[in-house]
Amino acid sequence: MPTAASISRVNDFVVRFANVNGSGSASANEMFARAVMRMGVPVAPRNIFPSNIQGLPTWYEVRISEAGHLGARGGTDLMVAMNPQTFDRDIAGIEPGGYLFYDSTKPMPPSKFRDDITVIGVPLTAICNREYTDPRQRQLFKNIIYIGALSALLDMDVKVVERLIGEQYKGKDRLIEPNIKALHIGRDYAVLNLQCPLSIKLRRANAVGDRIFIEGNSAAALGAVYGGATVCAWYPITPSSSLADAFTRHCAKFRIDAETKQAKYAIIQAEDELASIGVVIGAGWNGARAFTATSGPGISLMQEFIGLAYFAEIPAVLFDVQRAGPSTGMPTRTQQCDVTSCAYASHGDTKHVLLFPEDPAESFEFGAQAFDLADRLQTPIFVMLDLDIGMNHHLSKPLAWDDSRKYDRGKVMTATELEAGKEFGRYLDVDGDGIPYRTYPGTHPTKGSFFTRGTSRDRYARYTEEGAPYVDNMQRLIRKFETAKDLVPRPLIANAGKPTKYGVIYYGSTSPAMDEAIHMIEARGHALDRMRVRAFPFHSSVNSFVADHDFVFVVEQNRDAQLRSLIVNECGIDPVRLVPILHYDGTPITARFIAKAIGDHLDKLTVKPMKVTS
Amino acid sequence: MTYLTKPKFHHPDLPKNSLGYTHRDYEGTVSTLCAGCGHDSITAAIIQACFELSIEPHRVAKISGIGCSSKTPTYFLGNSHGFNSVHGRMPSVLTGANLANRDLIYLGVSGDGDSASIGLGQFAHCLRRGVNMVYVVENNGVYGLTKGQFSATADRGSKSKRGFINTDNSIDLVAMALQLGASFVARSFSGDKHQLVPIIKAAIAHRGAAFIDVISPCVAFNNHAGSTKSFDFVREHNEAVNRLDFISSRMPIEVKYEPGTVEVVEQHDGSKLALRKLAADYDIQDRTAALGFLQHHAAKGQIVTGLLYVEAESEDLHAHLHTVQTPLNALGEKDLCPGQTTLDKFNAGLR
Repeated sequence: MPTAASISRVNDFVVRFANVNGSGSASANEMFARAVMRMGVPVAPRNIFPSNIQGLPTWYEVRISEAGHLGARGGTDLMVAMNPQTFDRDIAGIEPGGYLFYDSTKPMPPSKFRDDITVIGVPLTAICNREYTDPRQRQLFKNIIYIGALSALLDMDVKVVERLIGEQYKGKDRLIEPNIKALHIGRDYAVLNLQCPLSIKLRRANAVGDRIFIEGNSAAALGAVYGGATVCAWYPITPSSSLADAFTRHCAKFRIDAETKQAKYAIIQAEDELASIGVVIGAGWNGARAFTATSGPGISLMQEFIGLAYFAEIPAVLFDVQRAGPSTGMPTRTQQCDVTSCAYASHGDTKHVLLFPEDPAESFEFGAQAFDLADRLQTPIFVMLDLDIGMNHHLSKPLAWDDSRKYDRGKVMTATELEAGKEFGRYLDVDGDGIPYRTYPGTHPTKGSFFTRGTSRDRYARYTEEGAPYVDNMQRLIRKFETAKDLVPRPLIANAGKPTKYGVIYYGSTSPAMDEAIHMIEARGHALDRMRVRAFPFHSSVNSFVADHDFVFVVEQNRDAQLRSLIVNECGIDPVRLVPILHYDGTPITARFIAKAIGDHLDKLTVKPMKVTS
Repeated sequence: MTYLTKPKFHHPDLPKNSLGYTHRDYEGTVSTLCAGCGHDSITAAIIQACFELSIEPHRVAKISGIGCSSKTPTYFLGNSHGFNSVHGRMPSVLTGANLANRDLIYLGVSGDGDSASIGLGQFAHCLRRGVNMVYVVENNGVYGLTKGQFSATADRGSKSKRGFINTDNSIDLVAMALQLGASFVARSFSGDKHQLVPIIKAAIAHRGAAFIDVISPCVAFNNHAGSTKSFDFVREHNEAVNRLDFISSRMPIEVKYEPGTVEVVEQHDGSKLALRKLAADYDIQDRTAALGFLQHHAAKGQIVTGLLYVEAESEDLHAHLHTVQTPLNALGEKDLCPGQTTLDKFNAGLR
């Protein structure tokens, strides 16, 4: 018996699978997470994987929370330790009173375990060696066998898992039967030999609703399809490659002309990131909606072109699926570390529009909206995902589209308008919003052509190195950026139940952890108003939110408090009033981390006065 | 160089092409390059070619990188949209533009620094993709705007204006274009308009990646004794393999040649390339032989010019990607947005 009381919870625990990558565990683990969802219990899986194809450690963490907390929690209640390389540290990560599930084929000394956890051994290798002769089958079915054992230990509905196997191997029907058999081998072993279920277990619930299970990259790519993107140019880089892959997949499904079978899209896997953004800019200049998907190192490589698109005013959309930097950094770990490098990308005075989706549903929404904004503002738009949003399956609101919605192609002068004698100056601000009219190449035989360049020019696109027209143009670009403030998604505010002097600002993938942390902070007796920033440039409500509080925490997943710097810089706010809460070890930020950091800070402010004795 | 504005009036009897345009309608602003620059002759050849082909000027998109050569698109086709992009990156911008609207003619103008040094990668990849374009390198072997440093096409052993000898091997863009699969490859000389104009016309009519390397002496920094890109050197060492007459599919004129002296190649649009052979056994449809011929003559210090290779029935990037015939930039919501019903099904598949 363990020295600590065993954790006893229903529909509220964390299972962590430790595997070797390339062993086929990923699909089995994902099936486990899906089965939880199918039982009506909200689930948040996270894949923690190395920059490697085969042989290195990988983990799959499944947070199960009927209360609906979808952020990473931290700590493990049930460790499925399938990787001898990481066995010791995996055991160290189990919460006191937690459970260890391991392959007991090879006996291990008691010193390998902890005395405050429950140890569950299943001789998986021995079972596989007995049942199968093919080494590949022994490996693959081992994964399904442990899922079978877990289904008994956690009291899962085995029919749900069987159905998922059927769906997974649809079209490869001969694989269904052996997988279901393996599932039951594991389940039967557990039922006969182990005490089932454990005190952590699942129970059917009705807490999932109509939510869907999708990766942010897939949702963002579908946003690009719905948003009318026709040209995609990209260069493979983790964690963004699956966005381009998903776009390819979605287009093959939704963008083939029914009659001619021809493609209503063009995808180029370019030779590098420079060419990717070059293709996007060329296509944008010529009136197509175009995007690239990349990550931090790609953004670094694209700097010169981004400045061109800013200065020459060409629509472009960049999906930046952020990963831990600097340099190659931790390529398979998450961060929000490209905020500064995107906001001010390229040399000279530049500022760019950034969108911060919190989950797949917003990745879809902003992924589509980015194309309207790019056309309206004639400038690059950055959709700032990160590895956590992009590459993990999330339980997300269903994707929604308003069929009456029309694309906003922005200020484009037509041949008819030119013919009618409407004045055209490519960089002429006719109505004060800082946005000029453009023409697509080939519009009119004698009117409306202009020369696009990265060098300075006047309002009629004529080359000039004179100071006054240069300043005039740079000021107009600032006016345009002001216009953007009211076009981009607004921040969302959630006020505390009672008046408070303190607030918190957060964005992107921090959202689910923040939503959970707020309850923990309130439980410590503190009240906090929340603002989720969804875009840069900041709406005026960001200034007023900060002004309305004594100080505001800014929670982010980078070392240098990049969003805080942007707020200080762009809103002219005294840095003392913005307290950074920073998490940047490459794992997704957790509610526990936020609650502790903010809670500790607020506790210090509420020190009880000393008793004075005379 | 001149700072004068080009006068708008012209002689009333200037010849007109079939669209009713004169030569002047294909001009741009006055060149700001040095007087006598080879690039201005190339500009003139482009104007001549477009005029003779009766191309609607606004149906051409002219795209360049950075450098003296990349400035030239302002000097021709003033009614066309132009894009002076970033150094060495014309090919990617042109590729994107081409994907957006397959109906325009794409003219990429670059230089030897732009294409052989900083942009070597993009040069290579747009050719191997078969982007439908005319890719002109105005090749003078030096960086003009930064005052005469060697470029990567400068021959080993050639002497700079300041007296330095180039010790690096040179890059032959023509040989690379052949190797990379360009379906139309030519080299010409800015001082030989009679050779250059028909080559440009044939390249415009060609479907696929057409590459033209034009040796274009830099009068300011690379026209001295000891340079292998000077007017004198190129004239002395020019080894033309053929003389091209371009016969447009719309042209009713029958050109008569003595039998046995002319090879005729028909391109996809029905245009004909009539080649008077100057080198006896040269076969312009044999890529491998062209490479061998080039290297053999380069070793002897000769500059091989003419239409060096053509694949008459070539395909372009749009064919490879199976894109619709309608330009992608002309598709709207109806074509592009699958709508809520489809999304409902998509959502249902993710539960």
